Amino acid sequence: MISDSRSAILSRIRAANKLAATAEREREYGAVARDYRIQGSLNDADRLHLFDERIRHYNGTPFYSTGDIKSDIAAILARRSKHTLVIPAEFPSDWLPEECHFIRDENLTKQQLDGVDGVLTTCTLAIALTGTIVVESSSAQGRRAATLIPDYHLCVVRQSDIVELVPEAIRRLERIKHRPLTFISGPSATVDIEMTRVRGVHGPRTLDILLI
Amino acid sequence: MSIHVGNAETARPFPDAARAALDDAQLRTNVRNATNIIQAKRNNMTAELADWEALRNAAHAIKTHTLRYLDVYLEQFEANVTREGGKVHWAADADEANQIIARIIADRGGKEVIKVKTMTSNEVRLNECLEAQGITPIETDLADLIVQLGNQDPSHIVVPALHINRTQIRDIFRSKLPLHELGIEDLTDDPSQLAEAARLYLRHKFLTVDIGISGANFAVADTGAIVLVESEGNGRMCLTLPDVLITLVGIEKIVPTFRDLEVFLQALPRSATGERMNPYNSIWTGIAPGDGPTEFHVVLLDNGRTDVLANGEGREALNCIRCGACLNVCPVYHQTGGHAYGSVYQGPIGAIITPQLQSLEHSRTLPFASSLCGACYDVCPVKINIPEILIYLRGQIIRENQRTVAGKFDLENMAMQAMALVFASSGVMTTAEAIAKLAQNSFVHDGVIDSLPAILSGWTNSRDLMPIPEQSFRQWWSQRRKEQ
Repeated sequence: MISDSRSAILSRIRAANKLAATAEREREYGAVARDYRIQGSLNDADRLHLFDERIRHYNGTPFYSTGDIKSDIAAILARRSKHTLVIPAEFPSDWLPEECHFIRDENLTKQQLDGVDGVLTTCTLAIALTGTIVVESSSAQGRRAATLIPDYHLCVVRQSDIVELVPEAIRRLERIKHRPLTFISGPSATVDIEMTRVRGVHGPRTLDILLI
Repeated sequence: MSIHVGNAETARPFPDAARAALDDAQLRTNVRNATNIIQAKRNNMTAELADWEALRNAAHAIKTHTLRYLDVYLEQFEANVTREGGKVHWAADADEANQIIARIIADRGGKEVIKVKTMTSNEVRLNECLEAQGITPIETDLADLIVQLGNQDPSHIVVPALHINRTQIRDIFRSKLPLHELGIEDLTDDPSQLAEAARLYLRHKFLTVDIGISGANFAVADTGAIVLVESEGNGRMCLTLPDVLITLVGIEKIVPTFRDLEVFLQALPRSATGERMNPYNSIWTGIAPGDGPTEFHVVLLDNGRTDVLANGEGREALNCIRCGACLNVCPVYHQTGGHAYGSVYQGPIGAIITPQLQSLEHSRTLPFASSLCGACYDVCPVKINIPEILIYLRGQIIRENQRTVAGKFDLENMAMQAMALVFASSGVMTTAEAIAKLAQNSFVHDGVIDSLPAILSGWTNSRDLMPIPEQSFRQWWSQRRKEQ
C-alpha cells in the first residue's frame, strides 16, 4: 500500500516532467546563477560592530570580555541574579566561577532542565548581518533541549567565529551539516498579536552574549 | 483519490463570502492594521539588501530546477533520511496521510499530540481525523492556539490569527484558558501578558506529551535534513522533547542541497515577518543519538501536487515557500481578509494553488478574485508570476464553462462572443461605435455613465463609466492623416 503510493507519485512526477535528461541535472544545477553576496566586505572591527548592533536590535545583550572569562561570566550571572545553570558535558571547567552552581548535562530530564535558572554554552559561529548565533548538537555545545527549556541563555562567542553574511555561515557549516543545528536570533518572540514582535514565549526569554 | 484542501470543496463562492467579510468593519480594520505593519517591515528588510533581486533570481532558479528533477531529489532525500535513522512514508492524498499519521500515534498508544504550525496538516484536515480517533491535537503556535481555542479558521498562511486583535484574543483566553489554575488573575490585552499566558498554559504539555507533529519549511535532498523556521520556540519544543516526531511535508518543499539554504534562509524571514532572521531555525537529519526523539517519521504528501506539476502553465505555483508576502500586499486581501478565500491557502497564492490542487473542480471563483495589479509578483521572493497564472486559470475555467449548454448561453459569455465579433472587423467596429454613441445618451449624467441597467449594473454599482467620446481615436487618427 505504502510502496504503491511511492511508485505512483514518482511515476506521476516523471510523466509530468516528460524528460529523461537526468544526466543533465548536475550541469543544470551548477548553472544556477548565484549573483548574490557570498563574501562579506567588512573588516574585523566593523563586523563586530554590526553584530553588536543587530544582536541588540532583537533584544539580545552583548558583553565584552575583560580577558578573564571566568570573572566575566561571574559578573553577568550576578547582574542577572542567576545561580544554578546547566552546562554541556564538555564545557571548559576553567571558565566556571565558584560562586555559581553548574550542573553538567548528562541526560538530565526535561523536568530537571525546567528547574534550573539558565544555560551556559558556546556556539559554532555567529552571523553579523542578522544578529544570529548557530549552536550545534555536540558534547561541547549541548543538546538542543538544554538551550531551550531554561529561561535564560548565556552564550560565549569567539570574535573570530563571527562571519558577516548568511552564505558565509552556511558554507562554514557544511562540514557539520548532518548534526542538528539551531540558529538563534534574539530571545524567543512572537509576532502573532497584531504583527508586533513581543519578546519571550517558549524559549529563553533572556539571551546574553559574551564576546571573547 | 481523495484530494482535500481544507474544506475548500464546500466553501462558498468567493464573491458571496467576500460580501459578508466586507460588512465586518472590525475585521477589515484588523486586517488593514496588521498587513500595513508587516508590509512596511518587509519593505525595509528587502530594501536594505543590495542583492535582494539576485536572491530572488537564485531562489526562482533553484525551485524551478528542483521541480524538473523532483523524482530524483525525492529519492535522494528518502535515502538520506533512512540512512540517518528516520522512516519515510509516501501519501498519495489527504486520507492516506491522515491514516499513516493516525496509525503511528495509535500504535504507540498516544492520546495527545503537540503540533507546530503546519498549513499542510490543515490542508489534509489532520486534526479532524485525529479527533475522530480519540487523539487530541494541541496546537502550540500562539496564533494557531488562538484560532483553535476560538473555534475559528486560519485567515493567513503565516499569521493565522491576523484577523483577530489583542482585545479579541484576551476575550478568547479569558473564556477558554484555565487562567486561575495558571495563577493569572487579571489578564489584560497587553501582548506580552497574552504571550505569557500561552507560555504558562503550554509548558506542561511540552514537558509531558510524548508525540510531536510538525510541518517543514524545507526538506534538503543531499542531507535528508528538515528545516523549520519559527519565532516562539514552540517548534523547537515539539521537535526535540517528544520521543516520537512525525513531520508532514508536501513534496514540493524539497531543495537540492544544504548550500541552497543560504538563499532561502534570507528570502523567507525577510518576506514573511519582515525580520532579518526569525528567532529560531532548526535543521535536523533523522535521529541524533542522545539528542531529541528516538523515532522520526517523514510523511511525503502529494495530494494533487503532481497534477499541478503536469500543468505546464500553472506548475510554477509549486515554487511557493509560504511567506505570505503576496497576501499582505494584495488590495483584495486587504479588503476581505483570508476567510473569504474558503481555503487554508488564502490571497493571491491561494487563488492559484487551491483550485489547481483540486484539478479546477472546486474553488473556481478564486482565480477571478484579483485585480491583476501585479503587486503579488513584485514581492514574491521566488518570483512566481501569479497574475499570469491567474489569467491562464481564468481562461481554462471559461473554456470549460463554454463547453456546457448553460455556459454557452450564459449572458456574459454571449456578450463576450459578440464583443469578439465586433473587435474582429473594423467595419463592424465603426458601426457598433455609432450605435453605442446613440444608445448611451439616456445614461449620461454630468459627463459620466453612473447607472446601467440589468447585467451591466455590475460595473456601475461601484464606479462611473466614461461615455464613448464624440470622436474616437481611430476617427481622429484617420482625419489627422488626411490633413497631413
